[in-house]
Amino acid sequence: MTADFGIKIEGVSHAYGGGQSGLASGTLALKQTDLLIGHHEFHALLGPSGCGKSTLLYLIGGFIPVQTGSISTQKGPVTAPGPDRSIVFQNFALFPWKTVLENVMYGLQKKGLPEAECREIAQAHIKLVQLGGFEQAYPSQLSGGMQQRAAIARTLAVDPDILLMDEPFGALDAQTRRVMQEELRMIWKKRPKTVVFVTHDVHEAVFLADRISIMSARPGRIEHQIDTGLGPERDESTLTDRRFVELGEQIWRLVREQAVLASRGGL
Amino acid sequence: MAGGDLRPASATAGHGSFVEVVAVCVRYLPLLIMMAVWELAGRSGLVSQQMLPGVGAIAAAFFDLLQSGELVINAWRSLSRAAAGLGLAVIIGMAIGLLMATRPLFRNVINPIVRILYPMPKSALIPLVMIWFGLGDASKIFLIFLGCLLPVIVSAYHGARGVNPFVIWSATSLGASKEEVLREIILPAALPDILAGCRTALAFSFILMVSSEFVIAKDGLGFLIGSLGDGGNYPAMFAVILTVAGTGFVADRLFGSFVNHCLRWKEQA
Repeated sequence: MTADFGIKIEGVSHAYGGGQSGLASGTLALKQTDLLIGHHEFHALLGPSGCGKSTLLYLIGGFIPVQTGSISTQKGPVTAPGPDRSIVFQNFALFPWKTVLENVMYGLQKKGLPEAECREIAQAHIKLVQLGGFEQAYPSQLSGGMQQRAAIARTLAVDPDILLMDEPFGALDAQTRRVMQEELRMIWKKRPKTVVFVTHDVHEAVFLADRISIMSARPGRIEHQIDTGLGPERDESTLTDRRFVELGEQIWRLVREQAVLASRGGL
Repeated sequence: MAGGDLRPASATAGHGSFVEVVAVCVRYLPLLIMMAVWELAGRSGLVSQQMLPGVGAIAAAFFDLLQSGELVINAWRSLSRAAAGLGLAVIIGMAIGLLMATRPLFRNVINPIVRILYPMPKSALIPLVMIWFGLGDASKIFLIFLGCLLPVIVSAYHGARGVNPFVIWSATSLGASKEEVLREIILPAALPDILAGCRTALAFSFILMVSSEFVIAKDGLGFLIGSLGDGGNYPAMFAVILTVAGTGFVADRLFGSFVNHCLRWKEQA
């Protein structure tokens, strides 16, 4: 294993509803997908809904078994979920019977850290996502956006090598969303890690990512890959950067193409 | 951002106490009306007081039974049987239900058995159980256990099957092992369903307690109802029947507040 890649995806196809091996039957979600994501790269997966971008993310996470092809990380082939690849889901993935603090502490306790240290790290991450004061609240007492920030804190707290994010800011209001995007980029700079960020928001992808993969309509494939080349610093000024605006337009055209194809495909 | 949408943790106490008393009275008003109709039915001669003794006669018989100690002793015998059967059913039923949800092979074997046993009337087994376990406590505890077992199994199974897979995935991606997922994620996530099943089982335990003692017992509330009825002492018989109903009601309310305590993390309605 060399250190020059974060995630290597080779010839991955995936079908739903056709059993473990059944590529012949069922719905083909991914077809012969190849993707090399660099070590500590911030990579965004963009595409129309139903293009298999979440499927690809779940495969990397090890939540669904790889049917065809292979996925590997620095730690070898992916076969099961593990704390080296932690995930933030779009919604509803907090433990509702645990308080915010207990939720964020869970992964740290699983690492076997002493209780006091778990608490300290958890508190710091709760502050980071601006939920200070809500440590003892249950998820049902929080708004959707606050729940999602708690989920992000829970995942960031374990400091995984690979951070998987499935439209994590989809449920947030516009201002919170922007703040979280900047925070995420800052956290990533402070503690570099390989990030795979699934989104259908073109500007979010451009603002956050070093590289963007645009996926085709179902069955999904990586159709285009684009280096954003915006440099490591992202802030308010990035939004008015000429390159940011141009990239946004260019990528929007490519995504639109796929979305139109998807709607013609009778989905 | 802080502040905002956090709801108050507990209901406001104090000034609402009068309102609460009124609310409780209104809630139980139908019971008072039923008692009044009962009493009137006897007094007006609509129903013979022989067959349906009046509320006053029943109350008098109740205090007699209470004073003689008969009611307390028999209630204690019955309730300890019910508690033993129900307790066993909750522990074993939860284990079976969770295993069914997580082990496909186990599910395939057990599920048909559960489905056929659930609607089967357990009291019909009384003569058979008597042969198996004799006339002592064991036969009654077994019947109560069997009756309570199935609602617990079914609720634990459905609760565990219905756990949001993303919650389980989150736990595994945070480093939880299979055992930890079962104990720390699936069990608490299924708890609302499990507790609802236990509540059903609690009611079943009262029904089976009385009906099993009716047939096979030398003591217990069911036995008392049977022997008082045979002796034609209907006021006392009704007093015992209403004692069972009242005890069941209190047990259900107590269990209800236990459930609310366990599920305080849930969205308040």
